[in-house]
Amino acid sequence: MDNVNAIEMRNITKRFGNVVANNGINMVLRKGEILSLLGENGSGKTTLMNMLAGIYYPDDGQIYVDGNPVSIRSPKDSFLNGIGMIHQHYKLVDVFTAAENIVLGLEEEGKLDRKVIAEKVREIAERYGFDIDPNQKVYDMSVSQKQTVEIVKVLYRGANILILDEPTAVLTPQETDKLFAVMRNMRADGKALIIITHKLHEVLSVSDRVAVLRKGEYIGDVPTAEATQQSLTDMMVGRATTLNINRPDPVNPHPVLEIKNLTCVDKDGVKRLDDVTFTAMGGEVLGIAGVAGSGQRELLETIAGLYPAVSGEVLYRPDESTSISLLGMDPLEIRKNGVAMSFVPEDRLGMGLVGSFGMSANMMLRSWRKGFGPFLNHKDPNELAKSIWENLEVVTPSINYPVRRLSGGNVQKVLVGREIAAKPKLLMTAYAVRGLDINTSYTIYNLLTDQKLKGVAVVYVGEDLDVLLELCDRIVVLCGGQVSGVVDARTTTREEVGLLMTQFRKEEAAV
Amino acid sequence: MTQLLTLLHSSIVFGTVIMFGALGEIISEKAGNLNLGVPGIMYLGAIAGLCGPYFYELSCAEAGTTPSGAVCILISIVCAFAASALGGLIYSFLTITLRTNQNVTGLTLTIFGGGVANFFGGSLNVFAGGVGQVKATATTAAFTKYSFTLSALGANADGKGIGYLLFQHGFLTYVAVIFAVLIHLFLMKTRTGLNLRAVGENPGTADAAGINVARYKYLATCIGAGISGLGGLYYTMNYIGGTWANDGTIEALGWLAVALVIFATWRSLNALWGAYVFGIFYWMYQYIGVSGRAIELFKMLPYLVTLALLITVSMRRRKEDQPPAHLGLPYFREER
Repeated sequence: MDNVNAIEMRNITKRFGNVVANNGINMVLRKGEILSLLGENGSGKTTLMNMLAGIYYPDDGQIYVDGNPVSIRSPKDSFLNGIGMIHQHYKLVDVFTAAENIVLGLEEEGKLDRKVIAEKVREIAERYGFDIDPNQKVYDMSVSQKQTVEIVKVLYRGANILILDEPTAVLTPQETDKLFAVMRNMRADGKALIIITHKLHEVLSVSDRVAVLRKGEYIGDVPTAEATQQSLTDMMVGRATTLNINRPDPVNPHPVLEIKNLTCVDKDGVKRLDDVTFTAMGGEVLGIAGVAGSGQRELLETIAGLYPAVSGEVLYRPDESTSISLLGMDPLEIRKNGVAMSFVPEDRLGMGLVGSFGMSANMMLRSWRKGFGPFLNHKDPNELAKSIWENLEVVTPSINYPVRRLSGGNVQKVLVGREIAAKPKLLMTAYAVRGLDINTSYTIYNLLTDQKLKGVAVVYVGEDLDVLLELCDRIVVLCGGQVSGVVDARTTTREEVGLLMTQFRKEEAAV
Repeated sequence: MTQLLTLLHSSIVFGTVIMFGALGEIISEKAGNLNLGVPGIMYLGAIAGLCGPYFYELSCAEAGTTPSGAVCILISIVCAFAASALGGLIYSFLTITLRTNQNVTGLTLTIFGGGVANFFGGSLNVFAGGVGQVKATATTAAFTKYSFTLSALGANADGKGIGYLLFQHGFLTYVAVIFAVLIHLFLMKTRTGLNLRAVGENPGTADAAGINVARYKYLATCIGAGISGLGGLYYTMNYIGGTWANDGTIEALGWLAVALVIFATWRSLNALWGAYVFGIFYWMYQYIGVSGRAIELFKMLPYLVTLALLITVSMRRRKEDQPPAHLGLPYFREER
């Protein structure tokens, strides 16, 4: 049985509507190895793994576990096949202890004896080198302890194949090392592991083999010993495509926003932004690149006054003679000073627009303070809505039609259009073209370029490297909340940015 | 002394009504279903638990036989439990399957239960020949028969003492106490109880762990409603003596049961003593000797204590004292 593969996926295809998330993927996981699954955002890594975890069912293809064809239709099927997946969002009950979470839903014989369970948990912990207190409540745990509970939960259920989805994203370097040590122990015990990660140095340090996905295709796999950061980046980002976005040269650039040594910490005590320094110029488009969750959201929110900073400075220069510190100001004041932000979250409507309101009422969200006494001023928002409707060619039956029912592209036009209408001096957009088709995307690019020509400092947070390279003048690359580089978009290459996106500062990577 | 004993005795009677209501609601809320239909469900239990034995006794009278106490009790409890569980089933279907708003559904169930019960109660009165003429004599006797022969223990000149206080009660009084303990053991010590609590705390996690969320919610709500309904039955049989009164006391006690769940911080053992405390506060005005309109002010005491406790709990911020995290929210299995 030793030469049988732990998992074999043959010709796996998964579509979501018209989007092909995984296309004819053939992948093999050998017994007793750690396989890294590498790829950019949206390359289909998580989708592929979710098919092993029973969250999705493949449209086409066959999965083999230990050489036997299997059909995994639910998380339970997955677990019966000895597969355990540790998702990015932990599934734990806060008020339960570690042990209670571990046995949750299990149909074991006998009564619920917490002592026996705790003993079994300790046994597993000892075997692999986990640090876990079975009686600790989850709400008292750090992120890394919660992760440990998740892993032990999977092992307790007898999993032989473990899939970890970006397990290090929330960990400190020390915790990461601990996790890797545990992973190596599990490998020594004959378990097969798949780790999804963006971080190249981690790939190189922990895995035996690397498989690369790009845009839903399986690019190939290499033994880690034969791979370098550069060769992996090349496989991951592929060749650049030309988009021909109109990019006029910046006119008279002047600093509008200066970020100095900005550091932010989230409620779990994890650094979201770490000593970030850069300058955004009026008259240019500054791109922010980075894999998802590298601190993009926190950065924009800190500037807009929605996220607290621990230290550092955010200086805003609306004109050459004045300089205002934005930290500590409330969001309304920041807006009044000419800072606009449009953030398109994954669900698009989550931030900035009220779905059941029409365009007109959504315009009013920014202007409701105007008007006489308690009465709303309906006239201006109506006119603004009409002008966006006409100028940006928003497809809607009327300006009072609920925006929730508009297509994604139209919703985003409304969102960006409203921010531009405020005549900002600093315009920040995040994922403005998320989910849009090519033509609509170009409309948004042109809108941003128009603003740049008007002397506005445009900050563009994007996912697609090709777009960043052709739309922006300069690109700030974030990696794990740190600025790993600032490059000139005209001269840099896809490979250089790709490498920066996955490269921690030297001292960090060395830990 | 006699007055105090009387107060405490009535507190136990009313406390038991409230306790049944609260125990059922705790099971339901632990599974994440905030059922504000408790008063309506208690009404359903009350009327069904009265109608069943009434007609049984009627048929016995026509046949010329003596109704058996055990059969009376059995019919009464089965009717009360089934009718209340049916109320819970309506609520479950609406909130779990159709995902309607739990608060609104619960409130309408209260109105529904009160309406149904008073309609049939009124009809029963007409049928029996007038208000107060409904009599399920044998059943009431069976329910109110003292379970222990210690009722004379420590009796004073008025014939009241410790025996009167603790042992002059029908058997359901003690069943409530046993239920409170059993529910505690069930929730805290069994696998099913652990799974049930997980459903109320984090149904997504429960679902991923292979727990059938909908089934747990349905069963918890229906069984919980059945237990709540016994509160209505207890009121009808042990307090007003097997007749029908539409003075709204059941509804008032039902709301107290909902308040008691919060007061007990969702723990059945706290509901055990909390119910008697609520009973004492409810009857406090008699002991103090208040009369007239001020009585109504005194009846608010349980709510005041609940409010005070809520403030204390929210200031202490202990996670264990908080309501189940997913209480009142519908569960959709997420797409990803």
